[in-house]
Amino acid sequence: MSGALAVLNYNLVGYRRTWRGSALTSFVLPVLFVLGFGVAVGSYVNTGQLGGGTYLAYLAPGMIASTAMQVAFGESTWPIQTKFTWVRTYHAMIAAPLAIRDLVFGDMTFLVLRVVSSSAVFLFVTSLFGAVHSWWAIGVLPACGLLGVAIAAPVFAFTATMDSSTNYFAFLQRFIVIPMSLFAGVFYPISKLPVFLQPLAWASPLWHAVEICRAATHTNHGSLWALLGHVAYLLLWAVVGLWLALRQYRRRLSD
Amino acid sequence: MVVATLSPSVYARLDGSLQRSSSVTARNVTALRSAYWLLLVSGFFEPLLYLLTIGYGLGTMIGRIPVGDGQTVKYAVYVAPAMLASSAMTGALAESTFNFFGKMKFQKTFDSVLATPVRPMEIAFGELWWAMFRGALYSAAFLVIMVFMHLTSSLWALIALPATLLVGFTFGAVGMALSTFMRSWQDFDVVATVQVALFLFSATFAPLSAFHQAWLRVLIQCSPLYQSVALLRGITLGRPTAGLLVHVAYLAVLMMVCLFIAARRMHKQLLK
Repeated sequence: MSGALAVLNYNLVGYRRTWRGSALTSFVLPVLFVLGFGVAVGSYVNTGQLGGGTYLAYLAPGMIASTAMQVAFGESTWPIQTKFTWVRTYHAMIAAPLAIRDLVFGDMTFLVLRVVSSSAVFLFVTSLFGAVHSWWAIGVLPACGLLGVAIAAPVFAFTATMDSSTNYFAFLQRFIVIPMSLFAGVFYPISKLPVFLQPLAWASPLWHAVEICRAATHTNHGSLWALLGHVAYLLLWAVVGLWLALRQYRRRLSD
Repeated sequence: MVVATLSPSVYARLDGSLQRSSSVTARNVTALRSAYWLLLVSGFFEPLLYLLTIGYGLGTMIGRIPVGDGQTVKYAVYVAPAMLASSAMTGALAESTFNFFGKMKFQKTFDSVLATPVRPMEIAFGELWWAMFRGALYSAAFLVIMVFMHLTSSLWALIALPATLLVGFTFGAVGMALSTFMRSWQDFDVVATVQVALFLFSATFAPLSAFHQAWLRVLIQCSPLYQSVALLRGITLGRPTAGLLVHVAYLAVLMMVCLFIAARRMHKQLLK
């Protein structure tokens, strides 16, 4: 446990010097999307099909979850590969009295902090635009943190298998992350998708997180069982992902 | 008339210059690795996704969009030319900012190129040809899809292709000029952010009339992507007007200015 805290501390010290850049991308970009789609395009959307309310109020929780996914993905690709390959931070760390699980859990804790803090800022901004309807909206934060682990843990495992010449992150981004952000019910209900695409949306962790966030910010919270189902599905991804990450880290660093 | 008065030696110089800048392009083609090819091809995937999910998907909840003169079009028809313009922008900018900067500052590619008779202006042109080639690939593929989806006619698509080249060429020049001002990779976060702002607000997904502030509308109209979208939308909707020439002139002037800046600053930075 104290090992993981030491790894977390290592990340926090570094972040003190680099937070400005990430603040720009993880905060300004989603706000632009909220204004561009929520407000501008929203004025043309027929919201009758969304159960009333403004399009902005529909879009905002989805955008928060989608941004959480992007931050988690960004933090678990290049920065992690740097620690394996170029700077070899991990090699230095395991030479100290740190276990493999300390590296995984320490870095994951830092990632969750990043995801939750950017979600919190985003939630605050959308509340200024009147897109938040109850105090339950705070529930968005743990949901985004859980989504962060569900996304990042399997990507940690994937990154651990990459070397400096085989980084396929741009492919992952183009063929999985961006399609997910467009198909997983962020911009419109997945019932509008062609029937054959709907199972893909159900399978994606993002859709489940979007549903939780939407239940939290709207006045109609939906059924408790559905919520628990979404949480359980995200937990499944997180646990299996962490198990995979531990396994791949062990393989990569055991030489 | 100017051409007629040029002496033969000037011709020879121009010819040599052209040859040298195309060598710079040829270097890029040779340097392509297999994975990079795939990434290059996959760049075309993104605008198509946006067209399908936003144009058609979100379009099911959006009525017809006014395009001037009392005419309205379906949302997918409205969004398609905007995706065409922004994919030309993205392709050209990717090549001329991130990759160009890497070659200039880290791989020292240009330092070695300058050890040959190639001059900075010729590197600028050579890189621009390359950025344009990449943009043209995306645009042609996207136009074919638009024709198949009945979002434009094949005749107008043919006319739109050179217009997309102009868009690609302009953003290639803009990107190169910007790259000469970059200090580190972190500066590209700013470029990427501005790029997303252009992508969202240049009458791409919502018409100008969706923005209620007059100053905002003026600002949007000044954006190079707005000019590109307006040009391509006019062509693909089959509504040629004299106003389209204004967009062409805007893009041409912007391109020349940026090329000039890029060449000048590269001269200063590389021939120290």
